[in-house]
Amino acid sequence: MVKNISNLGDTAVYCDFGSEVNETINSSVIDYFHHISKLIKDKKIEGITNLTPSYNKLIISFDLTITDYKKIKNFIEGLTINRDIKSNNQKIKIPVCCDDEYGLDFLRLTKKLNIDKNKILEIYFNKEYFCYMTGFIAGMPFLGDLNESIRCDRLETPRLKMPKGSVGITEQFANIYTFESPGGWNIIGNTPKKIFDDKNLNQPALVNPGDKVNFYQITKEEYLNWNE
Amino acid sequence: MNKAYFEILRAGVNTTIQDKGRNHLYHVGIAVSGAIDQRNYKLSNRLVENQLNEPTVEFAYQGPLLKLKNGKISFAISGDIFFKIIRKNLKVEGGECYKSYILDEGDQIDIISTKNSTYGYLAVNGGFDLEKTWGSYSINTKANIGPNDGKKYSINDKIFIKKMDFRSIKNKKINYDYSTDNIIRIIRGTNFDFFSKDAIDKFFNEDFLITNLVDRMGIRLKGPKLENIASTNIKSEGIVRGVIQVPADGNPIIMLSDHGTVGGYPKIGVVIAADLDLVGQLTPGTKINFKEVSLEEAQNIFKAYTKDTNKYLNECN
Repeated sequence: MVKNISNLGDTAVYCDFGSEVNETINSSVIDYFHHISKLIKDKKIEGITNLTPSYNKLIISFDLTITDYKKIKNFIEGLTINRDIKSNNQKIKIPVCCDDEYGLDFLRLTKKLNIDKNKILEIYFNKEYFCYMTGFIAGMPFLGDLNESIRCDRLETPRLKMPKGSVGITEQFANIYTFESPGGWNIIGNTPKKIFDDKNLNQPALVNPGDKVNFYQITKEEYLNWNE
Repeated sequence: MNKAYFEILRAGVNTTIQDKGRNHLYHVGIAVSGAIDQRNYKLSNRLVENQLNEPTVEFAYQGPLLKLKNGKISFAISGDIFFKIIRKNLKVEGGECYKSYILDEGDQIDIISTKNSTYGYLAVNGGFDLEKTWGSYSINTKANIGPNDGKKYSINDKIFIKKMDFRSIKNKKINYDYSTDNIIRIIRGTNFDFFSKDAIDKFFNEDFLITNLVDRMGIRLKGPKLENIASTNIKSEGIVRGVIQVPADGNPIIMLSDHGTVGGYPKIGVVIAADLDLVGQLTPGTKINFKEVSLEEAQNIFKAYTKDTNKYLNECN
């Protein structure tokens, strides 16, 4: 349930579902997202331009020439969310090469976590992750939860250019940089797999909220010869 | 039948196609894109009698050198731009912004540079012959979506023009007042109370410098370090154009049209919608100040902004 609604500037509504990150709260965010998406499609509400679900927030952007904060807030408060929407959640396997030229932040991680690289990788690969959301850049999945022993803060100053395919960790989460972009996560490797496909107009992102992901390690040779 | 097109003889710094932007894709991580300066984008279209949502060529700093092939067109440029028209007979004419011109086969437009601004817009009567991706013509270079395989233009690329029958548009002009303002109005962000009283004082009272790290994603500022007393990381959540994030180093970043759709740095403020065109045009080395307004004030300022835009658009009728 939405705990609090406020404004994010003059063109967005900020729906706060709580401060914790867990599958229950996240599922509630996703329910709202699907429900409002359908109302937009059915033209039951006008002026909404974007919905951004995340771990425990839903941001609703709108066109200020058509509607305003008060109208959208009233609309959200009047909703009864239907929880029947079935999703087709998938299990996805993603290869990662963790050689030093791809794992950019092992020096930082081993220092901060006080664990050696092999142990970090062993812990990292030995887990199935849940996709809470996609975003930041096209198709980037936000996955959780990392084992507590390998949780580390974001970089103090974000990198200006994170290589495409970089696989990162921060706090309890793992992600994949689907495009070259600025970014602040600790990079442990790189995947050759296509995680975002703009030719697939209906579902461009390989990983979607609710999906389960397993990573597996590949050698540099396998990485360089990767073919899809 | 051969279509008219521009041949790119010099690409310029960041030349792309932009329009109103691409909606309903934040949830997959695709930003809105679209013209950084929406008012000037619309004005360029109006000057050549287009629908206001036709795609235009957006350029930054140094613009492109374009040669017209296979046709005759009317075009206009909006912004604060220094450009020339090089006629086929090599006669050079100085170009004026907010004014429509006729270009013959073999003529060139040399967009030399922006002046006290970053972006400018080139529109041609009838628009460009391009396809929409997810409802928009905008090139998103971060996700490689849109015309030209989602990449900025390079030398020898071609930009095709839709219209075949030439229509002369003469004497279209807008008397546009290209004044800039260094006071940026903001609404408190959702993490405003993460910052110390001292940081808030500095935020509203001291100067912030636009650094060289400026692009369509955002603007990195340099100023007094804004001390965070709660947490320098938040759980990643949605952001919108105009959000001002403050990473752990204490230097704010203003998000623009190609911004990441979610972010994990605290939001001290959000630039009001009416000031987004202005913010996007800020150039490195400029000093700015932030001023707080209420949501209600922001909405009224936006009404005035819309009225102003319409005034300019109507002037051109």
